[in-house]
Amino acid sequence: MTDLLKLSGVHTHIGRYHILQGIDLAVPQGQTTMLLGRNGAGKTTTLRTIMGLWQASSGEISLAGQRIESRATPDIARLGVGYVPESMAVFSDLTVKENLVLAARDGPLDDTQLEWIFGFFPALRRFWLSRAGSLSGGQKQMLSIARAIIEPRKLLLIDEPTKGLAPAIVMALIECLKEIKRKGATILLVEQNFFAARELGDHVLVMDNGTIVHRGEMAALASDVPLQERLLGLSLEAHQ
Amino acid sequence: MTELAATDPLPKPKRDIAPILLPIALALVTIPLIGSPSTWLTLTAASLAMGMMIFIMASGLTLVFGLMDVLNFGHGAFIAVGAYVATLVFAPFAASIQADSLWINLAVLAPAALLSMAVSGALGLIVERVLILPVYGQHLKQILMTTGGLIVAEQTLYALWGPQIIPTPLPTSLRGSFILGDVAIAKYRVLATLIGLAVFVAIQLVLNRTKLGLLIRAGVENREMVEALGYRIRRLFLGVFMTGSALAGLGGVMWALYREQVHASMSDELTVLIFVVVIIGGLGSIGGCFIGAILVAMVANYGGFLVPKLALVSNILLMVAILMWRPRGLYAVTSR
Repeated sequence: MTDLLKLSGVHTHIGRYHILQGIDLAVPQGQTTMLLGRNGAGKTTTLRTIMGLWQASSGEISLAGQRIESRATPDIARLGVGYVPESMAVFSDLTVKENLVLAARDGPLDDTQLEWIFGFFPALRRFWLSRAGSLSGGQKQMLSIARAIIEPRKLLLIDEPTKGLAPAIVMALIECLKEIKRKGATILLVEQNFFAARELGDHVLVMDNGTIVHRGEMAALASDVPLQERLLGLSLEAHQ
Repeated sequence: MTELAATDPLPKPKRDIAPILLPIALALVTIPLIGSPSTWLTLTAASLAMGMMIFIMASGLTLVFGLMDVLNFGHGAFIAVGAYVATLVFAPFAASIQADSLWINLAVLAPAALLSMAVSGALGLIVERVLILPVYGQHLKQILMTTGGLIVAEQTLYALWGPQIIPTPLPTSLRGSFILGDVAIAKYRVLATLIGLAVFVAIQLVLNRTKLGLLIRAGVENREMVEALGYRIRRLFLGVFMTGSALAGLGGVMWALYREQVHASMSDELTVLIFVVVIIGGLGSIGGCFIGAILVAMVANYGGFLVPKLALVSNILLMVAILMWRPRGLYAVTSR
């Protein structure tokens, strides 16, 4: 199994704060890697650094063998990286259609892909011409994910997609991400919801204080309650 | 926590028409105060023409503010440069400007306007690369750099053209008024209103019907996400900055003909008006800018007629009132 994304010794400073303190990680091709950790551990900063939204102060980031740590965000996106930020960041003044038209960078919307997305997120079809700002939180999250998958991407970076959503919508999102996974996507997924992490993850990385403190199989962590408590402060049972 | 499930119907989004009704209400309220219907119509036509000219000058600045988060205090320089460049065309073709034929007049005005837009747009390119680029994200430095740029531009105009006021008489066919009963509406004001409306419609078409427009609207709201979708927003910034500068140049030509004179500090009186319009409209909102420009012009014209002593502060009072009602302007596009 080849690694699509590799980070070696990545440090990121934001102002005077040293957030990422030597991150080493690998995301295998066609697998879903979960990035877990307490609030403030550096998970979001890791995704933003990969995306070029914050510049790594040192270290190497490579995507499919190409160094990307000094590339601009649009160039990284054009290499086939889709990004779903924690804030969802849908363009609220634009309609659902316009959000997706923008995301389909290389041409008109592909009807087959659109139908596939509507299969998971029927609400997007219904509110096709509604302003994204008028959607509910769950619908915005669906739009944000749809935007990332409207065209084939090599790698998806997804930041806490289930945050603040109702349980029914969380289940729908998990099903959607499973289907994306089945299509062979490579995903690096930040998640606080351990239940979602267990459902989706092949591999797991746990962060604390800007470093990776654990790496392994998701199934192994899910079955090891003492390890969960030690790494995350909570056990899987507490999330069920 | 979300309030609606994915399959729940959405509440129908309401169209926010209150700001659109504001100038209509203001116009209606002033009818009894002004008394004479013909005076009211003349003032209203003057307000529309002045509003359209201010809109043309301010539209670029609001997009620059909204999209790039740049405080360009030197925007007025593009207006002055546009006006001065037009005099380069007017001077050798003075006879054509004084000709009785509308077509001959327009044959001079159109190239003058296009040349002014081209030079102002090119100046915008230089300003963005030299003054703005090094200070993106640093508001205080932006104010210092662009204010400095404005001073340099004004002094350069003085050095090149001299300190005297340059007369820019209206072309013969645009002098005088259309007479409707006992109402007189100046021909040039009608032309200015039509040009302003055409610019507004063109900008709206670009913003709402093209992918470039989608990118600009999305960029005003969230630049970072536009970049994360793979678009190089810096190029978009530059294009918007040059277009805004070119529109300011066009506004400068129109204002010069309206006042029938050009001087290097003409931008000083306009800069305050333009900033008031941009703030009232909501940063980045073309619709808000359009309504704000009409409101500012109405307050200046109606206020100047009804309470001349308030003329100096009327626009500031208008801005205070609007911001107390809507703190982020008539149509808030950005969260800034």
